[in-house]
Amino acid sequence: MLDTRYRVEIPGGINLEAQVVGPIPRFFAFAIDLGIRGIIVFILSILSIPLGSAGLGGGFFLIFLFVIEWLYPVLFEVFSRGQTPGKKLLKISVINDDLSPVTLGASMVRNLLRTVDFLPLFYLVGLVTMLSNQRFQRLGDMAAGTLVISVPDSAKPAAMQEITPLAPSTSLLRPEQTSIIEFLQRSNQLSEPRQRELASILEGITHEKGDNGVEKLRRIGAWFLGVR
Amino acid sequence: MKQQLFENQHQAVWQQIEESLEKPTQGDNSKVLAENYLLLCQHLSIAKERLYDAALVERLNNLVLGLYRELYRYRSETRLNIYVFFKRDLPLAIYRHRYFILVAFLVMVLPGLVAGLWTYLDEDAVYSVLDGPEVRQIESMYDPEARKIGREREAETDVFMFGFYIKNNISVAFRCFAGGMVIGIGTLLVLFFNGMFMGSIAGHLTRLDYVDTFYPFVVGHGSFELTAIVFSGAAGLRLGYAILNPGHSSRLDSLRKAGRDVVPMLYGIVLMLIIAAFLEAFWSSSTSLSIEVKYGVGAILWALVLLYSFSGRRHESG
Repeated sequence: MLDTRYRVEIPGGINLEAQVVGPIPRFFAFAIDLGIRGIIVFILSILSIPLGSAGLGGGFFLIFLFVIEWLYPVLFEVFSRGQTPGKKLLKISVINDDLSPVTLGASMVRNLLRTVDFLPLFYLVGLVTMLSNQRFQRLGDMAAGTLVISVPDSAKPAAMQEITPLAPSTSLLRPEQTSIIEFLQRSNQLSEPRQRELASILEGITHEKGDNGVEKLRRIGAWFLGVR
Repeated sequence: MKQQLFENQHQAVWQQIEESLEKPTQGDNSKVLAENYLLLCQHLSIAKERLYDAALVERLNNLVLGLYRELYRYRSETRLNIYVFFKRDLPLAIYRHRYFILVAFLVMVLPGLVAGLWTYLDEDAVYSVLDGPEVRQIESMYDPEARKIGREREAETDVFMFGFYIKNNISVAFRCFAGGMVIGIGTLLVLFFNGMFMGSIAGHLTRLDYVDTFYPFVVGHGSFELTAIVFSGAAGLRLGYAILNPGHSSRLDSLRKAGRDVVPMLYGIVLMLIIAAFLEAFWSSSTSLSIEVKYGVGAILWALVLLYSFSGRRHESG
């Protein structure tokens, strides 16, 4: 099944949905983070030279190296809403599998187990496990109980142009009404031939062909939506 | 109610919440959050029940998801209570993993004892474990002749060694833990080889009679370091065992539970290794302190670590 929707029942009796994210965006996010980490390490290595590379500077450098190697993802995931800078750019985010924010412990587990997902080379184990389950979890995610989801776009639906509603000549069931409403709302994303094609299926309702059918269907949609 | 009427009625509230989610305010506004959350849950249910169109349902779903995450952010921030962690969580986690700790301990110590005995009795045995330059380096580190008694190492070198121990030792512990995902084999290998290395070095140096330089050096930080490595092994073995023997739950659930259960031990390991690195860099390396003081403090540290590690039982209920 290719459905990437992940459903979970949360308090309030609501089935919440989120889109889980597969290997490609996660790879790009990781690559960006790797670049950022590389730059930080480079800058630190230069800064540490005047402090003595076998003394104070070297000591601090090694501590920072440790933090960047192991704790960089943990710190960002816990304190920056599940997002490292790379994940932020790709609009993806780490979250517990009950869709609550990722906790420190879960983030530690998933990031420490990266070592295993990396085996034998270039995250091969991680890739294979990710592709063999519906939630795209690598081994670290499974042990930590975490998911990577796409952050929902908060873009509001486009404002609808003025349209005169029209009452349909026959009564329709609620799911049918919803389909017509959705046709109206999505019609600006569809090509005109496709709109005509879809409208022609409903010729029995509109009693019109071609562009007139499209127009009438949209007016009926507006009626169902409640425009008066 | 027609969809548009519904949307018009609540548009203002939704927009306001959308804006507040984009720029979350600091401080505790959990009461407002909870109210908004309940309201939006209701709106989402209504929208689904009345079969309003997918775009609206999705928008409301995302609003509820955002509020839900904000609401539970407070929980995760207040969850790590440091006092409770040291008083109860960590000792309890240690107690509950006692059998894993025992196995990890044996897998590290037994090869160590065998290798130690072997290198103590046989001059050439150490070269089967380590290569020539490594042996010479270790010998020179603990050679009593090479040390100028009373001359302190420079403080800056201590800082360097502190960083070095942090990076190396904690990385080893993390890898030891991660190796548990390969049904525990990786963990067992890390424990086995570390035990063998340490044992053969100890045996070899004892044979050379470097006793007064080697043991006072390792006794102090060894308390935290060796215990932490055993704990990381136990945490790794727990993961491996959860995969091998999931019991009544699915393998995934069993692994997930193990992942949650070992978390206090992970925090503990990091902390113990930082303490160990600090001791190793600034205390153990000091040459001005007498051997008696080093052994004395070492014994106290061992007693503290062991007493603490065995203190978890009383927190186990029933």
